[in-house]
Amino acid sequence: MSVTAHVPSEKLVIKKPASNSSFLRVMRYVSVRLLTLFITVVIGIYLTIVIANMGGFVDQIIKGEIRDRITQSFLANPSVKQMDPEVRKNLIQEKIALEEKRQGLDTPIAIRNARFLTNALQLNLGRAINITSDSGSKQVRLILLERLPATLLLMGTSQLFLFFSSIFFALSLSRNYGNFWDKFVIALSPTSAVPPWFYGIFLILIFAAAFKVLPFGGMVDSPPPLNTFDYAVSVLQHLILPGLSLVLSSFFISVYNYRTFFLIYSSEDYVDMAKAKGLPSRDIERAYILRPTLPTIITNFSLLIIGLWTGALFTETVFLWPGLGRTLFQAIGQYDIPIIVGSTIIFAYLLALTVFLLDFIYVLVDPRVKIGQ
Amino acid sequence: MNTLRNSFKKLLQYPSAIAGLLVVFVLVAVAVYTVIAIPYSEAVRMWRGGEDVWYQNPRFAPPAWINYFSSKKYSESFAVNTSDGLIEKKVIPGDNGLSTVEMTYAFDFSYDFFPQEMLFYFTSTFDEKQPFVSIELLTPDDRKIRIANFAIGNEFTYRFSQDEKLRAKLRAEDVIPALFTAPDGDTPLKGKYQLLITGTTFEPASTMDAEFVLHGQVFGLAGTDHERRDLTLPLLWGVPVALAFGLIASMGTSILTMIIAAIGAWYAGWVDELIQRITEVNLVLPLLAILIMIGTFYSRSIWVILGATILLNIFTGAIKGYRAIFLQVKESMYIEAARAYGASSSRIIFLYLIPRMIPLLIPSLVQSIPAFVFLEASLAVIGLGDPVLPTWGKIIQDAQSNGALYKGYYYWVLEPAVLLMITGLGFAVLGFALDRVFNPKLRET
Repeated sequence: MSVTAHVPSEKLVIKKPASNSSFLRVMRYVSVRLLTLFITVVIGIYLTIVIANMGGFVDQIIKGEIRDRITQSFLANPSVKQMDPEVRKNLIQEKIALEEKRQGLDTPIAIRNARFLTNALQLNLGRAINITSDSGSKQVRLILLERLPATLLLMGTSQLFLFFSSIFFALSLSRNYGNFWDKFVIALSPTSAVPPWFYGIFLILIFAAAFKVLPFGGMVDSPPPLNTFDYAVSVLQHLILPGLSLVLSSFFISVYNYRTFFLIYSSEDYVDMAKAKGLPSRDIERAYILRPTLPTIITNFSLLIIGLWTGALFTETVFLWPGLGRTLFQAIGQYDIPIIVGSTIIFAYLLALTVFLLDFIYVLVDPRVKIGQ
Repeated sequence: MNTLRNSFKKLLQYPSAIAGLLVVFVLVAVAVYTVIAIPYSEAVRMWRGGEDVWYQNPRFAPPAWINYFSSKKYSESFAVNTSDGLIEKKVIPGDNGLSTVEMTYAFDFSYDFFPQEMLFYFTSTFDEKQPFVSIELLTPDDRKIRIANFAIGNEFTYRFSQDEKLRAKLRAEDVIPALFTAPDGDTPLKGKYQLLITGTTFEPASTMDAEFVLHGQVFGLAGTDHERRDLTLPLLWGVPVALAFGLIASMGTSILTMIIAAIGAWYAGWVDELIQRITEVNLVLPLLAILIMIGTFYSRSIWVILGATILLNIFTGAIKGYRAIFLQVKESMYIEAARAYGASSSRIIFLYLIPRMIPLLIPSLVQSIPAFVFLEASLAVIGLGDPVLPTWGKIIQDAQSNGALYKGYYYWVLEPAVLLMITGLGFAVLGFALDRVFNPKLRET
């Protein structure tokens, strides 16, 4: 999830003489694009469903659990003790069959996968198998919505800070490249090979274990403070370390990439021309460097925004942050397919929508680009 | 060949590249040494062997070298027995088949912290009557403390700290500190301690042997974990595992990505279209979630995870980048010439297109190694490490789940973490330098 991930869009076509009316051309392009994106999402989700079910393997586990639970509940019930063993056995079988039917385990897997797929595509996320939301609901939608704020808080603050600060620093470095800070950033950029959770461990060691100034993990003190101000302060304290580790692990590479990117654009002839004309460097940056790089910056920003959805699985796990990433991890551990699929379908839709919208945004920010052939 | 040598010379102009090369070289040397010195089966036995393998080690002990950095010395662990001659054994025959076995062992104790535990392991052979043993401890201030008397079976373990009678006699809360302090002091009494073990056997053929184990506060080069396992083993074995995973994964993905991109660019048409669509589907798939699902549902074997990692990483954004360059190269004169003399498609792809990309391939390959090394560690840290192999990630996971940072066992996390960091940074730094050498267009300053 590097900030500077580059998604080249092969549909981005430089202006060609129009043969049709532009409205028809745009409509045709839009429909073809929407269709291919939709098919992509369908295939992606179907694959996820199949993998999440491991070709029926998870069904076996769930069936085993049902059988175990119902048999146990019968054995623990004193009122059925006097029953004839044959009758009791039939009763147990009946109950198991009923429970399997309730969870839809009696239909063949292909049909269930198809049903699952159509439900997921309609954002009908269904009910979780094992995981419950803190408010006690088993609705996948409610569970995901409950964890969303935590992830948005952590990822939002760190990623937005990362995005804007790295562009800011990159601009100032590209203005005077070769100076000490430029070399400093270049020298430190390989440190981004280290993932955020790893910095997290070091930060926990320093600030939580050794100096005892910040908490080890979680999102709020336990028990949570009653008044809102204390609550906010507590959340902020818990936010510092995971946020810092997310920022640290991509800051230098991000600044380095943007700086290189800006440098390539600042060596264009029209920038030299502008300098020769004596334009203030602020104007040059705004109109001659940032403007042509805008499509890439927007792409990165939109990918960043949808990246917020997936959360930071490892970082959240290491810091026990109750966000979407950790929920996904817990869901996998508990064979909770609806949550895995629910989280994936939302990401897929967000990604498809972003890719689709980006084509139009490119047209808006770059007059050279036209949609369709 | 000449260009390679030139590139290498250029590479050596970067100090960071030299550092990176050095790290990689040392890692490879350690990996080779480890695999030869501790074969796979031996490593697995030592890692998962059970209490028999680890009983000589203390629990949660930091490495012994912290004594060099600390003004207060932690006691070191040791184990001695009668068969290696370190415990002196004298057999004095008596009447009626009775004989006395006198065993003595003297050791210097000059540390500022008490040992964790002391143990005696006795073994004996007899037909009917069990041999009898009494243990005494001679302290540096010449007190003689009677530790215990007991009859021993074929195998007998005596733990000092668990002896309630001894604790009552010493009138102390813990046995070990009480044995190592002067009657009115509270810091360890330094000097020479002597253990006197007097055994009596009641049959002519009866024999007995003893092993004395002192669990200190520190142990060996790397310390020990919650199961008394020596951490040197997983730290050493982590090197070949991390290198193999990182190298195979990055080579597998970059080379396959490149071949597929070349095929797509060469054949164009539906082949190209198919590759493009697969790439888009792959973007939608939750890569981490799928890896975790494979780890949870199918197999946690490192090779299965490795295969899945490679498969999921082939069709990424990189394929589009390579494709764009291949499309340019495809139009060059020498390709046209090859086509004119009738070269086959596979010949053109593998001998003309792909070699052109090697300068681009090498830096990106080296740069992607750390990501895979850390991926393996990440999966291990959330509990999906290989169940058999000792790896760095697994040490961190053990440490995390035992609250190592919370309880102050910093060495336990720091050792694998620092090694991971050095490995990751070594390859990253080298990759950066390679990038500048092979792609001078991107070189700044």
